[in-house]
Amino acid sequence: MLRFILHRLVYLIPVWIGISLVAFTLANLTPGDPARLALQRSLGRQPTAEETAAAREQMGLNDPAPIRYFNWLADAITGDLGTSYRTGQPVLDSLIERFPNTLQIAGAGLLLAIAIAIPLGVLAAVYRRSAIDHVSRVVALLGASMPSYWVAYLLILLFSVRLGMLPVAGSSTWQHAVMPAVTLGIGGSASLMRLTRSEMLETLNQDYIRTARAKGLHSRTLLVRHALRNTMIPISTVLGMRFAGMLGGAVIVETIFSWPGIGKLVVDAIFDRDYPMIQGFVIFMGTAFLLINLIVDLGYGLIDPRIRLANR
Amino acid sequence: MAQTTTSPTVGSQHIPRARTNLETAWRPKRFGTIRAVFNDRSAVLGLAILLLVTIAALGAGLIAPYDPTELDPTANLAPPTSDHWLGTDNLGRDLFSRLVHGARWTLGAAGLAATGIVVLGVTIGILAGYFGGLVDDLLMRLVDVLLAFPSIILALAIVGMLGPSLTNVLIGMVAVWWVDYARVVRGLTLKVVQNDYVLSAHCCGCGHRRMILRHILPNVIPSVIVLATLELGALMLAISGLSFLGLGAQPPTPEWGTMLSDGRLFFLNAPQLMMYPGIAITLVVLGCNLLGDGLRDALDPRQQMR
Repeated sequence: MLRFILHRLVYLIPVWIGISLVAFTLANLTPGDPARLALQRSLGRQPTAEETAAAREQMGLNDPAPIRYFNWLADAITGDLGTSYRTGQPVLDSLIERFPNTLQIAGAGLLLAIAIAIPLGVLAAVYRRSAIDHVSRVVALLGASMPSYWVAYLLILLFSVRLGMLPVAGSSTWQHAVMPAVTLGIGGSASLMRLTRSEMLETLNQDYIRTARAKGLHSRTLLVRHALRNTMIPISTVLGMRFAGMLGGAVIVETIFSWPGIGKLVVDAIFDRDYPMIQGFVIFMGTAFLLINLIVDLGYGLIDPRIRLANR
Repeated sequence: MAQTTTSPTVGSQHIPRARTNLETAWRPKRFGTIRAVFNDRSAVLGLAILLLVTIAALGAGLIAPYDPTELDPTANLAPPTSDHWLGTDNLGRDLFSRLVHGARWTLGAAGLAATGIVVLGVTIGILAGYFGGLVDDLLMRLVDVLLAFPSIILALAIVGMLGPSLTNVLIGMVAVWWVDYARVVRGLTLKVVQNDYVLSAHCCGCGHRRMILRHILPNVIPSVIVLATLELGALMLAISGLSFLGLGAQPPTPEWGTMLSDGRLFFLNAPQLMMYPGIAITLVVLGCNLLGDGLRDALDPRQQMR
């Protein structure tokens, strides 16, 4: 197992370097001179040509690109992602402060998606071509086709305006997290439900299921212990991707519900042209996704020994 | 999903992997596939929705009774009447006309982005698969890196750096979304080049360009079309989502995401401002998903058993 973990970790290094290159390149897409922009923010007026030139020298912008990259990378590794133009705070601190909020709604959304999708997917497979299969197909199709921002407003109309049950925006109580999580969960459950169905159908066609059934195994034991367990292996990898997708989808959802997560932070940063924050967001999220994938891989290796042995 | 058609050529082929099987279903009998799609009622429904919206988009000038940006201060937030079929928005603009013209923007943007993505993805995929070696290694490492992000995150960052506009959204989308295509096409190319006719073409002195255009590209295209149809819906959702955030099409453009965003301020008194564009986007994305599923099933023999 240790060997498997090390193998995965070593594989991550080149990908992480790639992510840092992408983040670095992105910063060079910005229109205008970063030194001039930074000065404009700090001075509150147009800087003179001398001031700009001095700032360029000080910020190391006159160095060739590879040197700038390595300097930036060295800073990034030690946790220095620059300071926000808007708040003057270190970028990494703001990201770390906001990230748990995003994890909360994405995590709750994922749990909700699992709770909806897996039972429905299993039922749809077991009772194939029955009413429940057709209903679950329609639900999944609609869930995959509705824009999340529209779903969010439909939820607000229903739960806040009509029923007065849930607060619209903010983050002071747990109730504030309900609608963001539900919005993410609805979007995530659609594809998960279809996948559960097709994987379950696949498993139910296997010889060992027929053997188990021939042995006279109780059908619930058969479904849960033999079929569902084997179905969960391919599903667990997709769960990691779903979770990553929800962290991405959180950008829109957080903006609508004013949820103080990392997505709202970056949208605000975009409108403020807070470039260090956007760049920091890219490398932070890239790193977070690598770690999530690593955890999923390790979990996968834990459930299914074939995977970790294949890497020997 | 129910299908009872003559199966395409790949019927007897062993298919080891679980998911879409685009890589293995690379050689359909052309008319068999089309017939299979037309026998699938939901795929036909999807196609009908898409055709209808495409007609609306192309004929927007003829169908829409008003100019989509024409203001009528005397009729703010009017309810549906015989003059204004779906009512008007907060500035008195005719909602129906805006929706019809919106089809042009939303569909056009997604179509343009999809074209860019397919061209880039197919080119890179074929280059990597055909030439192999260092080219392949470098391109596939780039693919690995881009796959480390959910595409919307990176697209968002690109738009953030370039500045909000529909053009920049399209650039961002093309820059991140080609990756899936490159991977699938590379896999297909690796398979195609193992065929004897490729070897014999090579022996006959067929050059790289002719080989790629005549022998590889035609084998790759069907799967790419399926993938593109399946992903068109997601692409549309992503583009209109960015427009909704205010990063894409800017008001008064009648893009559906932008219209939804404009309607936000009035949604308590006039929820229809958000309702209609939302329904429109859902319908079109639904159409893409239905058609995409149908195409995939027609090309994927495994699915037909279900």
